[in-house]
Amino acid sequence: MLELKNITKTFFPGTVNEKVALKGIDLVLEDGDFVTIIGGNGAGKSTMLNAISGVWKPDCGQVIIDGEDVTALPEYKRAKYLGRVFQDPMMGTARDMEIEENLALARRRGKRRGLKWRITKAEREEYRRTLADLDLGLEDRMTHKVGLLSGGQRQAVTLLMATINTPKVLLLDEHTAALDPKTAAKVLELTDRIVERDHLTTLMITHNMKDAIAHGNRLIMMHEGRIIIDVRGEEKKKLTVEDLLAMFAKASGSEFTSDRAMLSN
Amino acid sequence: MTFLNWLGALPGAAALGMIWGVMAIGVYITYKILDIADLTVDGSICTGAAVCAVLVTAGANIWVAMLVALLAGVLCGLVTGFFHTFMGIPAILAGILTQLILWSVNLKIMGKSNIGLLPQSYSPIITNMREDRVQTILTLIIIIACVTAVLYWFFGTEMGASLRATGCNIHMSRAQGINTDLNKIIGLALSNGIVAFSGALLAQFNGNSDINMGRGAIVVGLAAVIIGEAVTARFAKNFAVRLLGVVLGGVIYYFVYQTVVFLGLDTDLLKMLSAIVVAVFLAVPYWKKTYFSGAGKKEEKNNA
Repeated sequence: MLELKNITKTFFPGTVNEKVALKGIDLVLEDGDFVTIIGGNGAGKSTMLNAISGVWKPDCGQVIIDGEDVTALPEYKRAKYLGRVFQDPMMGTARDMEIEENLALARRRGKRRGLKWRITKAEREEYRRTLADLDLGLEDRMTHKVGLLSGGQRQAVTLLMATINTPKVLLLDEHTAALDPKTAAKVLELTDRIVERDHLTTLMITHNMKDAIAHGNRLIMMHEGRIIIDVRGEEKKKLTVEDLLAMFAKASGSEFTSDRAMLSN
Repeated sequence: MTFLNWLGALPGAAALGMIWGVMAIGVYITYKILDIADLTVDGSICTGAAVCAVLVTAGANIWVAMLVALLAGVLCGLVTGFFHTFMGIPAILAGILTQLILWSVNLKIMGKSNIGLLPQSYSPIITNMREDRVQTILTLIIIIACVTAVLYWFFGTEMGASLRATGCNIHMSRAQGINTDLNKIIGLALSNGIVAFSGALLAQFNGNSDINMGRGAIVVGLAAVIIGEAVTARFAKNFAVRLLGVVLGGVIYYFVYQTVVFLGLDTDLLKMLSAIVVAVFLAVPYWKKTYFSGAGKKEEKNNA
């Protein structure tokens, strides 16, 4: 479903700030794979997701989604294959627009936006049902501005927007990191439900090792722009945080360093 | 200068304010909706006036002349949009460059720096003559109603909504498959089309088209937008009402303008005062955020 071939990216080449962010990433995701990604600060996790979504072009390598090479496509054209949720709850929605307008914008992802009215009556009913499923009371606030919602509510709406058209790949970039633990758990549970329901191929970055182990069918760990650990299936199910830390020390030759990851164990 | 003189000048000021209100609707599209401060308008308002003046002088129908003026404004916006998106020039600078280009272009269109338009020599839809006052104001009301209605419709469509999203959150827009560059170009073109149209109205009202008529136009437009927002903030949830508020802002601006002139203020200072007033109003949101929000008063709470 998703294939990364030798993706390499250096930021600020030839300057004192030069940073090799990705060093030849190769990754193949099967249809329906739910991969959790873990790694220390600056390991290249978000950079890899940005390479997939086309925020910039890689220095070399290819991004292939469902058999189509999208490496040359700009971000907005790739969007039709992708659903994205960001770490910052502000980033995934248009705050000055209504909840239903945001959903209608997402519904038209990958379609031509013409001079038809921005939202239809039938859609409104559909959104009301979907929002009612969230159990956050948003179905009665559909014409409220998204800016009035809490961070957790915004992430839930963003998740709906990302999955409204059944994307080929769902990209979650620490989408619960900015939320309090209770809300984070709720949004994660919602994520699991939607991924399972729509059989979505998913990449989820998390700083929480327990979450990385508990969710998905495959776990990868990144370090200094490379994928150093790739565990799946039964082996992943049996993992513990201690196992992971030991594997990391062995694979990278160093201690795992991420303040947040350690704290949230 | 008597009170009656002042009162007698108000209808004229109202008409002028409405014309600038139309212009300010154009500014609203870029400044408030697209979040771009577009300085093209200083040039494109004169382009509209110049095109209209040249065409009616050559015997064209006034409506045709105004339509061509609008299209000329659209072209101005396309140039700025092209500079900004395709050439990657910051929006403010892109606008300034187009503005400078338009200075030459406007002189070439007119062939000189000023074209007089005697109301008797053609059939204007509005004039600054006392006997036409009622008709002029009614005509302007109808024009403003039409512009507002068209924009209300446009920004309610799929394309219009994607334009609003582009100005509100560009990351989200791209993630939702919106061609943000194209939208910025469309917004700039639409905005400058309206601004040039208001220039064509202004030429008829002033009875001339002058190369200097657009100087500082952006400041007047911003002032109208800001005043309009301040006046209608409490009840203007509806987009159409907000646009009408902007027109009201233009009218209030010219009432105040007329008043300070009658109070005997040196007219040389008016542009400076306008700019200072706009600067202060633009600073208010920043000051609120920086100096008046205590640690506990976060703008948005992230907890659910």
